[in-house]
Amino acid sequence: MSDKPLAAAIDGWHTLGEQPHLIGTRCCGCGTYFFPKQTHYCKNPDCDSNEFEEVELSRTGTVWSYTNACYKPPAPFVAAEPFEPYTIAAVQLEKEQMTVLGQVVAGVSTADLKVGMPMELVLETLHEAEDDIKVTWKWKPVA
Amino acid sequence: MSNEIAILGAGMHPWGKWGRNFVEYGVAAAREALADAGVPWRDVRFVSGGATVRCGYPGYVAGATFAQALGWQGAEVNTSYAACASGSQALAAARNKILAGECEVALVIGADTTPKGFLAPAGGYRPEDPDWVRFYLGITNPTYFALYARRRMDLYGDTQADFAKVKVKNAAAGSKNPRARYTKCFTEEDVAASAMVADPLRLMDICATSDGGAALIVSSVDYAKRIGKGDAPRIAAISTVTPSFASGVVEMPDIATDSAAAEGIEAQSFRAALPIKAYEEAGIGPEDVDVAEVYDLSTALELDWIEDLRLCERGDAAKLLRGGDTRIGGRIPVNPSGGLACFGEAVPAQALAQVCELTWQLRGQSGERQVEGARVGITANQGLFGHGSSVIIKR
Ligand SMILES: [Zn+2]
Repeated sequence: MSDKPLAAAIDGWHTLGEQPHLIGTRCCGCGTYFFPKQTHYCKNPDCDSNEFEEVELSRTGTVWSYTNACYKPPAPFVAAEPFEPYTIAAVQLEKEQMTVLGQVVAGVSTADLKVGMPMELVLETLHEAEDDIKVTWKWKPVA
Repeated sequence: MSNEIAILGAGMHPWGKWGRNFVEYGVAAAREALADAGVPWRDVRFVSGGATVRCGYPGYVAGATFAQALGWQGAEVNTSYAACASGSQALAAARNKILAGECEVALVIGADTTPKGFLAPAGGYRPEDPDWVRFYLGITNPTYFALYARRRMDLYGDTQADFAKVKVKNAAAGSKNPRARYTKCFTEEDVAASAMVADPLRLMDICATSDGGAALIVSSVDYAKRIGKGDAPRIAAISTVTPSFASGVVEMPDIATDSAAAEGIEAQSFRAALPIKAYEEAGIGPEDVDVAEVYDLSTALELDWIEDLRLCERGDAAKLLRGGDTRIGGRIPVNPSGGLACFGEAVPAQALAQVCELTWQLRGQSGERQVEGARVGITANQGLFGHGSSVIIKR
């Protein structure tokens, strides 16, 4: 393992630290959540607000569905050599009433998952870059 | 009914990986449709094209491109871009023109040449582009289809063998379709032996992209009667509605769904919404449908569509499949053309190809693929950017 510093793969999309949260926005008019952040117009057809507050989204939810990637995706994905298949989950957040995709942490396969299973958000390496190690949010079954 | 138009002619260039200019496919399809209709090209006063964005500049002006290729004769033109629903939107434009009394006969046309290699977004660091984001995070097109498929397994007890059965059924139908790209029959074992792409979907569960072209000659009912074709199949409904907020199913290329947290907002399914307007417009219900052509981007997705069209209760599509109800000769045949499984997707042509198949089915001209006594057919498809369509034709 390299001793390069850790950096978010996508800036400002999640907090860093032990108990990470995705960072979204919430419409001040109707309470709709947005991830990625929405700051210019609310997509609720019954709302014409353009005021938003930045919020941390729930870091736990339940599995809506799951799959894996058996083949290396094209760029901009940066694959390790040799390519290691990884698991993907769509996780429903109760309070936000939305579903968020993400990779599942290494070591968890589709056989370990089930629709409805509780999951939590953690940070894990997405890929190593020249100057740092890019981390991103991943879903992990709640122990 | 007053909002109906007649389908006088249908034509398709065979699907394949021909590598030629898409205009060639369109012209071949148009000529076949014109001959089928028995209408001279100069009588066509409106050319409505489904656009491809893959072929550069000419693709953006499909209507004019095809009108010029067939020989400028002063018709008016239109170009529609609506992803997978481009053909239906082009058809809707033609219907409006005809029903407004501005023209009697229109050509509706779409064709595509698939680019070589894998489609990937531009590089750099571009988090504002959802396509860039999802590829960077490792989420490809099959991811979405696999998520839908896996959810069926966990919720309804569908199995990978069920998905394989869809492929076997569609391959059997497509083997009798000279316009299909893949005409080989397969067994469930063949599907199970193909490589896993995105669990639970294997290579043979996922459709390819293809070159192809499809065209329709449509007219006012009055015109059809005047040329002795008053009994031609008619377009009874075209639905091209957008999704309704909040979309509760994660859709390509997004990384998250809408939030349904606001007061009075509920999570909605776009696919399920598409046929609702079509049924209402046609004044019929799912029980009246004899045959359906649905967008089987994956085998499992065909099962979702069967439920979205309300041909059975939610969760029961695999039961229908296992009982043989959805094959040719069954109670409600689905994808008698062979579907995308046998064609591969040629985006701007695909929605029209679905209508071509139903036209031949309703005329009783489908030979070994014929759905006996078919009088009402429905199509369904869904693509990117909130586009989708459902068309009902009847005789
Ligand atoms: Zn709002």
